[in-house]
Amino acid sequence: MSDGLMIEVSNLTKRYAGHTAVSGISFAVGRGEIVGLLGSNGAGKSTTMRILSCYMPATSGAVRVAGYDVFTQADDVRRRIGYMPENNPLHPEMRVREYLKFRARLKGLGWRRSRERVDIVLEQCGLTDVSRKIIGHLSKGYRQRVGLADALVHEPELIILDEPTIGLDPRQIRSVRQLIKDLSRNHTVLISTHILSEVEMTCNRVIILHEGKILAADTLDNLQNLMGGSTDQVIAEIAAPRAELQECWEQMGEIEYFDLSAAEGEYHRCALTPRNGTDLRPQISALVRERGWQLRELTRNRPSLEDIYVRIIRSNGEEEI
Amino acid sequence: MQAYWTLTRRELAGFFVSFTGYLIIASAVFLMGLSFVILLYRLQDETTTLPVTQLFFSTPFFWLILLLGVPVITMRLFALEKYSGTFETLMTTPVSDLQVVLAKFTAAAVFYMFMWLPLLVYILILHHYTNHQEAIDWGLIGSAFLGVALLGSLFMSLGCLASALTRSQIVAAMISFTLGFTFFLLSFLPGYIPMTAHWQAQVFSHFALIDQMEDFARGLVDTRHIVFYLSMTLLSLFLTLRVVESRRWK
Repeated sequence: MSDGLMIEVSNLTKRYAGHTAVSGISFAVGRGEIVGLLGSNGAGKSTTMRILSCYMPATSGAVRVAGYDVFTQADDVRRRIGYMPENNPLHPEMRVREYLKFRARLKGLGWRRSRERVDIVLEQCGLTDVSRKIIGHLSKGYRQRVGLADALVHEPELIILDEPTIGLDPRQIRSVRQLIKDLSRNHTVLISTHILSEVEMTCNRVIILHEGKILAADTLDNLQNLMGGSTDQVIAEIAAPRAELQECWEQMGEIEYFDLSAAEGEYHRCALTPRNGTDLRPQISALVRERGWQLRELTRNRPSLEDIYVRIIRSNGEEEI
Repeated sequence: MQAYWTLTRRELAGFFVSFTGYLIIASAVFLMGLSFVILLYRLQDETTTLPVTQLFFSTPFFWLILLLGVPVITMRLFALEKYSGTFETLMTTPVSDLQVVLAKFTAAAVFYMFMWLPLLVYILILHHYTNHQEAIDWGLIGSAFLGVALLGSLFMSLGCLASALTRSQIVAAMISFTLGFTFFLLSFLPGYIPMTAHWQAQVFSHFALIDQMEDFARGLVDTRHIVFYLSMTLLSLFLTLRVVESRRWK
């Protein structure tokens, strides 16, 4: 059981009166993974998470968390997950420590154990200084940490976070992300977001949801290779005579086409597109060394997650038309 | 069980950290005070054979507190949590729906009884200054408080039901007031049905809250009334539980 799957979703469908939020999705998450659920608003991220956290049942399909069915063994599942809903609802009139203690007791921790755990999560989430403050008086960043601390307090195996960085300022976003990354050492984490850079920075694997269906589910590297393989353009800035450069690129068989433009000084900016996804960088650096040129930049333009996302959604849209 | 106590404590604390909790108690104390003053004037003017508690509970202030106070106490129970979203965090912890409903009802009921405590103080004052020691009978007071508690539990459970039905506290209060007031008005119905032997009149006589409260205030503990109140409370708590569970049927 210990190295089995954490989440197994098969053919999950959720219909609300009149519309289908999630239609027949299947995916699996292994233990210790950080997986990002990515999708625009209304793609079905929150619905999926609510079903995973046993808040509401699926219309059809089977969902198992840590080997337990979310519908028939809801209590076993609830004990094993820490869930932070969208917008992170808290009781504003309670003090931080009091709230966490209340949540720990509610989740079935003993009196002494809940005290220990509250101290640990306060420390872990950097809340020790504000532990006696009233939640309603805290800044949004701190409140988000209280939500995280609540999700962690009973040492869950799986942590589900619905848009954990929404509405935070850039510095707070960075600290929350760091916190999530630290968590991944001991927990499985599923986060949903529509901020692409967030997934790029924190997750090992991405599941892209669009209108209730999974469009792609893979590691970021694989997705990049899949989507951008043939267009891995390389940018090189080399100080060399223009004619010589042109000759070299024309002779190099792997280059589909190239573009030369003068940069400041003796430098020329070369945009090189490979023929079939080969990485041109080693060849270029070898060439530069051989000829004794000056090289000041050598980068491969990998498609960002944003490019992948837009492309996947667009290609799906065309199919439907 | 642990979850039940934890929840009850939090709900109860919720009443006392919020402004509304104190506002409710203050208004109730004010109305009780008015009632007490009227009672003293009446006792000064004329002698009466009626028990003191009955005189107190026959003023409209008691019903005002019950009809207006209870919706304000119960309106936040579910509606506020649904509105703020904490209902979701609550329902994703390993607590059962039954524990949640019972904890919220218990907390509201405890707060409600707490609200009536000043009445005890008035009675003690009366007890201290009266020259008729036998006018204050502890059995009588116990029976009156039993009536207050039973009536309260009925109105509280109706309030729970109303609060579970909606996300808006105002709507919850209005539904709860409507339900409570309808029950209250049923007491007047038997008077309008001409034939008292008729079965309708008999049915409605069991719903006559005013008469039943008068019995309790007179020191008459009628098991029929107790059964009526307890079963009505259980019924509406059961309905509340079904409403809370209903999110799983959608």
